[in-house]
Amino acid sequence: MPDLMQTDDLTPRVLRIIAETQRKDPSQVTIDSSFEELGIDSMDGINIIFALENEFNINVPDDDVKSIRSVRDVVEGVIRLVELSKAVGGAQSGAPGESAPAAS
Amino acid sequence: MRRVVVSGIGVICGLGRNREEFQAGLREGRCGIGPITTTDCLDLRFRNGAEVKCFDPNDHFSPKEADMIDRFAQFALVAAREAVLQSGIEWTRDLRENAAIVTGSCVGGQSTENQGFWDVYKMGKPRVHPMTIPKTMANAGASAISQEFGITGPAFTISTACSSSAHAIGQAFSMVRSGMSDVAITGGSEAPFSYGILKAWEAMRVISPTLCRPFSKDRNGMILGEGAAMLVIESLDHALARGAKPVAEIAGFGMSSDAHHITQPSAEGAAKAVRMALKDAGIGPGEIGYINAHGTGTTVNDTTETCALHLAFGDHARRLAISSTKAMHGHTLGAAGAIESAATILALSTGILPPTIHFNERDPECDLDYIPNCPRRADIEYALSNSFAFGGLNAVLALRRI
Repeated sequence: MPDLMQTDDLTPRVLRIIAETQRKDPSQVTIDSSFEELGIDSMDGINIIFALENEFNINVPDDDVKSIRSVRDVVEGVIRLVELSKAVGGAQSGAPGESAPAAS
Repeated sequence: MRRVVVSGIGVICGLGRNREEFQAGLREGRCGIGPITTTDCLDLRFRNGAEVKCFDPNDHFSPKEADMIDRFAQFALVAAREAVLQSGIEWTRDLRENAAIVTGSCVGGQSTENQGFWDVYKMGKPRVHPMTIPKTMANAGASAISQEFGITGPAFTISTACSSSAHAIGQAFSMVRSGMSDVAITGGSEAPFSYGILKAWEAMRVISPTLCRPFSKDRNGMILGEGAAMLVIESLDHALARGAKPVAEIAGFGMSSDAHHITQPSAEGAAKAVRMALKDAGIGPGEIGYINAHGTGTTVNDTTETCALHLAFGDHARRLAISSTKAMHGHTLGAAGAIESAATILALSTGILPPTIHFNERDPECDLDYIPNCPRRADIEYALSNSFAFGGLNAVLALRRI
């Protein structure tokens, strides 16, 4: 699991993941960028959240996703969820397919 | 061109295991949605779906027959048998050679595929079941129907996500109208409840954690459903010659593609399909009395569809009675166009319009008459059934009371 102790360090990682998933030059993505400026639509947003969930081992609730409009919203949301995850004693589980049997 | 009528309807879905139960459910505004039981959903963000209740393949098939086809193809065959029975068709040799079968399915027998992948990837088994390929193929329903009735005419399957079976019916309609076939069995089926697919829907964040509330301000997503509907359609002359009693006419069909976005709908694209259906039927916007909406219950679909109806109908939009029956039978994906066409035909023939249930609050962006919560009596001649798929592929059927 990645070291999540320093939440200050999360910002560049979030920016990098947004740039990677959107196939953009990292210099284009700043903390002050809006999704609109970056041409990020709702499906792109969901793809970004998916990558962040994997990177930080967090689960982002559906309702949170709807309110995200900017890079800052994403960074703040990730920091909040990582802090929460630490507070409840480690990352949330949820490795897909570990517990559920296939349909009969 | 020949007039084309519907002479038989078969339905199996979360709202009813046959046409009669389905019709009663629509009339009562009953909800066919509940906790998903056939798949373990413990780590999903949603629990509810519209499953076919108490479906036992042994009630419909010999054990050997049931082993050969996936649940989605079983639904197709159950619905086709009911439609053929109602139509009263007698399969002469000529008719078997001439009849067409056009079905729709979005994901085909994916629960069979899911099981095979589970076996090899998760369980480490060295082999998957040898029927995995033929049970998974999306045309398995069409093939099963052809074998059942000995039909040797054109038979194929259309897969256009949530428009699959509307496109299938539209295609069969064109084939009968042109004279290529006198009779067709057409519709769609789907059985999308398996763990992998449900995880994929969860990832898209469009599934409601509660219920499907189309056009209501507090709507929060769609609910998946399974099932099938099949229609027997034929030329009016063919129906009259054999003394059949048609239940409705297919008046026209309109299609369009958004050329816009892989998941976000376009009001202009949807409006175009509506206009094309009206043009094909040779009627004006003012002649439509009821619309069975695509109405998925997602924020974006319902506002976009409302906008599309304003674009296509102008002032008449406010006089339309509109409902989304997905609140009752869920979004059955590749079966949706067929199940909802069946609901539309039943609305025309009974004079009872099905309501949009679970409607709590008006949304300023959804400002039309959605028949909230209570069914309504109305004498209507023409109705539309809307289907708008991911990928921006739109299909609208214009149906007429007989």
